[in-house]
Amino acid sequence: MSKDKFDYFIKGEKNKYEVIIGLEVHAQVSSNSKLFSGSATKFGAEPNSQVSLIDSAFPGMLPVINKECINQAIRTGLGLNAKINNNSVFDRKNYFYADLPQGYQISQYKNPIVGEGKVLLDMSYGSKEIGIERLHLEQDAGKSIHDMDPSNTYVDLNRSGIALMEIVSKPDLRSPEEVNAYIKKLRTIMRYLGTCDGNMQEGSLRADVNVSVRQVGDKKFGTRCEIKNVNSIKFMQMAIEYEANRQVKLLDEGKKIEQETRLFDTKKNETRSMRSKEDAHDYRYFPDPDLLPLKIEQKLIDDLKKTLPELPDNKKERFMKDYGLNSYEANVLVSEKEISNYYEEVAKLSDKKLAATWMMGDLFAMLNDKGLNISKSPISAKNFAELVQSIKSGEISGRIAKEVFELMVESGDNPKKIIESKGMKQQSDPKELEKIINEILTKNKDKVDQYKSGKEKLFGFFVGQVMKQSGGKANPQLTNDILKKLLKG
Amino acid sequence: MSIDKDKIKHISKLARISIDSNKSDSLAKDLTSIFKFIEQLNELNTDKVEPLSSILNTPLRSREDKINDGKIRDKVLENSPKKNEEFFVVPKVIE
Repeated sequence: MSKDKFDYFIKGEKNKYEVIIGLEVHAQVSSNSKLFSGSATKFGAEPNSQVSLIDSAFPGMLPVINKECINQAIRTGLGLNAKINNNSVFDRKNYFYADLPQGYQISQYKNPIVGEGKVLLDMSYGSKEIGIERLHLEQDAGKSIHDMDPSNTYVDLNRSGIALMEIVSKPDLRSPEEVNAYIKKLRTIMRYLGTCDGNMQEGSLRADVNVSVRQVGDKKFGTRCEIKNVNSIKFMQMAIEYEANRQVKLLDEGKKIEQETRLFDTKKNETRSMRSKEDAHDYRYFPDPDLLPLKIEQKLIDDLKKTLPELPDNKKERFMKDYGLNSYEANVLVSEKEISNYYEEVAKLSDKKLAATWMMGDLFAMLNDKGLNISKSPISAKNFAELVQSIKSGEISGRIAKEVFELMVESGDNPKKIIESKGMKQQSDPKELEKIINEILTKNKDKVDQYKSGKEKLFGFFVGQVMKQSGGKANPQLTNDILKKLLKG
Repeated sequence: MSIDKDKIKHISKLARISIDSNKSDSLAKDLTSIFKFIEQLNELNTDKVEPLSSILNTPLRSREDKINDGKIRDKVLENSPKKNEEFFVVPKVIE
C-alpha cells in the first residue's frame, strides 16, 4: 500500500489529532562476554550456567568493563552519524526487582557514550530524518519465568549483565508505519556493523514506546505515556494504535491524560497502567563508585571509523547508480548484508535489472516458503546468474525458467545441465516454428476462416496450440510474429 | 530543603529499609541538618567547574572480550533462601 502523502491522523468526535512517538530501543551488544564480567552471552544456554559472582551481585565483587562493548557502542554511534563523547560516566539506576540482583542497574545517565545523531527513513511519501537523542551502555537484567510454577517465579540470571545499547530517538516519529521503518533501519544498520544481531524472537532488540497525541496544528506536545518492553514490531504498532486512540478519546471527553508507565497486553490488544511502577521513576541515579569515568581517545574513534563497512544508505545509492535499480529495488536488496552480497555476485555475471526482478520475485518467495536465510539458499549465486542469463539471451522463456528454477531448488544443479538434459531449450528457430504453425493452421482451417472474417480473439487459441505442440518451448515473441504474418497471407 | 516524616517514609520504601515510626522524627531532623550543610555548599559558584565523578586520576581499567567466568551454577545458587536445581525461586511477581 503505497501513498504519496503522509496521512496518519486520528479523528476524534470533535478534533483531528496527530500522534507523536519516541522510541527507546534496547539492543543487545554482540560480544562474547558480558559488559562487566567474563561470563558467556550465548542465547538459550542452561539456566544460570552463564553467571559469575559479579552477575549475581555477590558482596565485594567489582565490575571490569569489556573493551569490545565500548568499541561496539562507538561503531553503532558512528553508524547513526552521531557524536561520540570522549568522556562519559557510568551511573547506578536504583530499583528493586527479583531479576536485578544488584538492586541497581549500571547505566549511563547524564553523560552517555554517544550523543546526537540521525537515521534516514525511506517512506512512500519521501525520505524522512529521525533524530537520535543519545545512545548509552547499560546492563541487561535477568529473566523471570512465571509459568513453571503456580505459586513461585523462577529467576535465570544468564542475561543479567549482558551489554545493552539503549538508543533513544527524538519524538520525531508520527505513525506505526514510521516506527516499523525506523526499527527495521536501526536493525539493518546494526547488522551491517555487526554490533547487534537484531534477533527480536530472542529478545536482542526490544523497545519502550512513548506515545502522545496533539491536535493537528498545535506546537506543544501532549502528555505522554510510556509503554514498556514491547518485543516485536507488530506489537509496537498495535500498542501505538490502541494507546493513541485511548488518549484521543480521553481528550475529546475533556479529560486529562496521566503521565504513566503502561503495559501492552498482547492477548487483549490493549495497554493498561502498571501500578507497581508508580514510584519507579524515582531511580536516585548517582555515579557508580566502582567505576571510573570512561575516557575515549580520538584515535580509537578514528581507527574504528576506518574499519566500518559500507553502510546501507551508501550501498543503496551505489546500487541505484551502478546497477540502474530504482529506489524500491535498491532498498530491498540492501536490507540485509547477505542479500546485497548475493545480488552483487549475481549482477556481476548477468543482466543487473533482470537479476533484481528474479531475486525479489521467485528467489525470495522460495526462501520465504522454506523459511531459509539467503546464505542457506539451495541455489548458488553463480547458478542463479546463469539462469538469469538464459532468460536474457532468449535460450529459455520466462515460463520455462520457472520450471528450471524449481528443478534447481530440488537438485541444486546448474541450469545449463537441467535445460539440456530435459530438452527445455526455447524453440527459437523461425523455420522450425513456421513448420509447426503451418501444420496447426492447416488442421484448423475453419478457425482460420473465422479469424479472417473478424473473430480476432481466436489469435490466443492459435498461440495456445503452438505452445501445446512445442511443449511450451516455442519462443513467444517469435510465435506471435510468425502467426501474424501467416494469418495475414 | 527540609525533610519531613512523609519523605522519610517514601525514601525508606524506595530503599527497602524499614524504619520504626517513633524514630522517623529524629531521622527527619538529622537529614534536614545534613541537607542544610549541602545547601551551604550550593552557594559556591561552580559554573566553570566540570562535575567531578571520581577523585582518581587513573583511566578506567578494561578487559579483553574473553569468556573466563560462569559455569558455577551451584556456587551462585548456594546462598539462595529458595532454589531448585536450575533456578532461584522467589515469590510470584507478576504484572
